[in-house]
Amino acid sequence: MQSNTENIAEFRHISIDYPLKKYTIRAVTDVTFELKRGKITALVGESGSGKTTLASSLIRCISEPGRVAEGEIVFYGKEEDGIREIRADALSDKEMRKFRWNKVSMVFQAAQSALNPVMTVRQQFFETLDAHDSKLTKEQKEEKCRGLLEYVKLDADRVLASYPHELSGGMKQRVMIAFSLLLDPELIILDEPTTALDVITQNYIFNLLKEINRERGISMLLMTHDISVVAKFADYMGVMYGGRLMEYGTVAEVFKNREHPYTAGLIGATPSIIGDISSMHPIEGSPPDLMNLPKGCIFSPRCPKCCDLCLTAEPPTREFADGSKGKCYFFKEADHADAADAN
Amino acid sequence: MQTQQMQTESAAPLMRLENINMVFKKPGSLFTDRNIHVLKDVSLDISEGEIVALVGESGCGKTTLGKIITGLYRPTSGDVYFEGERVSGTFDKKLSSYNQVQFIQQDSYAALNPVRTIYQSLYAPIKTHNRKWSKKQIDGRIEELMGLIGLQPSAQFLTKYPHQLSGGQRQRILMARAISLEPKLIVADEPVSMIDVSLRLSLLNLMKELNEKLNMSFVYISHDLSTTRYIARNGRVAVMYLGEIVEVGNIGDVIAKPRHPYTRALIQAVPIPDPEYKGNDELPLRSMQLGSLENRGDGCAFYERCLYSCEKCRGKIGFVKTDTADVLCCNLENVPRDPVYDKK
Amino acid sequence: MEQENKQGRRSEILSEIARIASDVGASVLRGLKKVFSNGKTITGFAILMFFVLVAIFGPLIFPYDASTDMANTYLMPSLEHPFGTDWLGRDVFRQVIAGTGSVLAIAFYSAIFTVVIGTVLGIVSGYLGGWVDRIIMAITNIFLSIPSFPIYLLLAAIVTINTPLSLAVIISIWSWAGLCRSVRVQIMSLKERDFIQICAVMHMSKAHIIFKELMPNVFSYIAINFVMAMRNAIMASVGIMLVGLAAYDPTNWGAIINAARTRGLMNVKNIYILMYPLVCIIIFQIATLVLANGLDETLNPRLKVL
Repeated sequence: MQSNTENIAEFRHISIDYPLKKYTIRAVTDVTFELKRGKITALVGESGSGKTTLASSLIRCISEPGRVAEGEIVFYGKEEDGIREIRADALSDKEMRKFRWNKVSMVFQAAQSALNPVMTVRQQFFETLDAHDSKLTKEQKEEKCRGLLEYVKLDADRVLASYPHELSGGMKQRVMIAFSLLLDPELIILDEPTTALDVITQNYIFNLLKEINRERGISMLLMTHDISVVAKFADYMGVMYGGRLMEYGTVAEVFKNREHPYTAGLIGATPSIIGDISSMHPIEGSPPDLMNLPKGCIFSPRCPKCCDLCLTAEPPTREFADGSKGKCYFFKEADHADAADAN
Repeated sequence: MQTQQMQTESAAPLMRLENINMVFKKPGSLFTDRNIHVLKDVSLDISEGEIVALVGESGCGKTTLGKIITGLYRPTSGDVYFEGERVSGTFDKKLSSYNQVQFIQQDSYAALNPVRTIYQSLYAPIKTHNRKWSKKQIDGRIEELMGLIGLQPSAQFLTKYPHQLSGGQRQRILMARAISLEPKLIVADEPVSMIDVSLRLSLLNLMKELNEKLNMSFVYISHDLSTTRYIARNGRVAVMYLGEIVEVGNIGDVIAKPRHPYTRALIQAVPIPDPEYKGNDELPLRSMQLGSLENRGDGCAFYERCLYSCEKCRGKIGFVKTDTADVLCCNLENVPRDPVYDKK
Repeated sequence: MEQENKQGRRSEILSEIARIASDVGASVLRGLKKVFSNGKTITGFAILMFFVLVAIFGPLIFPYDASTDMANTYLMPSLEHPFGTDWLGRDVFRQVIAGTGSVLAIAFYSAIFTVVIGTVLGIVSGYLGGWVDRIIMAITNIFLSIPSFPIYLLLAAIVTINTPLSLAVIISIWSWAGLCRSVRVQIMSLKERDFIQICAVMHMSKAHIIFKELMPNVFSYIAINFVMAMRNAIMASVGIMLVGLAAYDPTNWGAIINAARTRGLMNVKNIYILMYPLVCIIIFQIATLVLANGLDETLNPRLKVL
């Protein structure tokens, strides 16, 4: 349907299990979606929705003891002779080490703990460079780090010589962003990059990320629980709930149509500083318990539109002509007719 | 600073903070201590039944102010009045009325003793303050509280330990514990920041309900203007920056027409959950560098970052009363007046 | 009128005590149930219990006869003498059984002293802070900085040790300090936690904060330390016995080892004799370690697995 060059990565029917002592928890269930090259794709979901697990599977960073149980992950990497297909889930550990950071890097939620507290920023940057590409001379390495730190608008002299605790939260997160750019990756995974930061710093970091996305053409996968951030910064979005991808499409369409009741609920439950607040209401009920999922659609106990069908069979993921997906019986085909394909 | 107090001269407010200063000493070099000036000349009135929001970035002193209001901290200088009576700290046994201020903390897991059941955590404070009550009376009170916060049937929750409840349920328990002593004022420090989005509104609704039903005043501390606007709909907001209140007024007015240069930047930075508002990318700020809290002078704390700073900003500055708010700024005539967010 | 008031107050206090007691009882029962769901705990506890039973009933079933029997020295193990006999023809099996009680008594007393002193001082120091803390810490540091074993020897040489209790006192004098320090640190960090801070806002009494909020949180740590203190006490007591400084009880395992050692280890038969108490000590130590690990797994929330 789509040419491969349009996507940078594809998740195909991915399921991820956490085998525990007595039972196994399926954190991600049968998720299929793609990341568009050069775009910012956001995965929205609450805690336990499986968004971090799903994204970490791309670089095999799923927290223990999780493992990909089913499905395949394909990455389309740029090589000198064109685009090459890489099966990210089938790489050997050695190949994965090369793949990680060279092709896909990650900015973690807690920048404070992602940096080693007893090493200066310079040492950590050099160490990573050495681990992946030992051919650079010391001057080249220094130049590269400086360039990146200045690119994220930090005072390179000061920051390179600092230990993590000497930097503020916003600065640390910018160091992490520079760090993720170190080996010129094609895709950056951003796991709640601004959760601990205040709005002004958050705005600043996202403007910076947007700039990186535009100027360097680096694709991004943003995981967040905050749909306001998605509305402001992302191009595509997927909504996760209980380990399932409930809806996927362009940000503009998803917000306009509000077709999936969960998405609609999330938007309706997020207060804003403008507009009417008296009509807002929370989503009733509580998030799903992965060990004890309801029959049928997993959102059905909280869904205002729930009907008999929803209680008996889980709705399949429907794909529409415009490339969007929805896991609900109530999606209208007509809303998703691609303008070009319509006739 | 006098301006704020003028309005409520007639009836004493529930709580009045007057020129609160908070200085933490940190060991510096060999002979000098570093003085960290966390709060500087903060004055604020809280009336009965009112919701006052304290908003600002991390490190602006809003939590410290909250702890002073609850009596956990004693201010370095300045006075705290509760119902017109001067109080100074919780451990002052004489001032038992001060018990009427309760606290809801941010991290609901840390706020409950992990090895005690919910029942034990709720029972102890009620027993302490109602020595004469029988177990039956207290059980009845707990039952009543559980109904109020919407955790029914209560038996299902009371026997559990904190880690067996969800974040939203724990936060409700914290609210039950806070209202169990029938306080007149509750300080809520970021009560929903660790709660899932879909559950936030119901907690905020619960707080609004308690505010209306029981006429309890709330001090809502948050860095999130959106939830603040939701809960404090008709209340006031005090915007804090580096330990000072820079703008205080009705929340609707302040958000619609922010006047202090910092408030303007803050409001512009808030993302709108609607892709049609892309907003202005560049914030009206000169730099991202937060000022220092150490050994502060008289001048404006926002001076270095302000686009509209002038010579006067270096000296002592006072509040200016505008038609919407009290603003701590000396050059207000040069700050734009237009709303940050226009209609689409 | 006043009388009545007093009476009312008394009955109130009594009912409060009864309530606390039933509270404590229920939580102890719940705790025990939880504790004994762990295999390691059961194993360790069972072995320790076995030693306790041996100490109580062993001497009744196999009374030890200290008289010498020169005709039957160095007998190899047989049905009559399961561990053989020593150089004076005494039954080694019965010696080991007779010594169990003294070993356990020393371990138990010493663990109690250590834990009580260490915990009380640690909590007081950590919770009150200020000059109380400084004084207690100064004392603790003195005890920590002087090596314990030479002091045991010195003390044992000065004081006549003739009961398990006196030996236990000497051992615990030098072993509470470490526990005190770590309890203090735990209390200090607990004190800053939100759920203790809120107690101040709610005007809860100091007694409530210490006994009902702080104590339950360090209880598991104390339980584990109790077991570990028993282990250390056995080490120390055997050491003291081994150098012959508390020779009041010739059947104590340490004393048996010492006696066999002084007889000369060139004689392999003395090594045989020495092996039996040594193996008992090793089994006892392993049991305490297994028990402590088991307790750690069930009680320490950080190690809790799903």
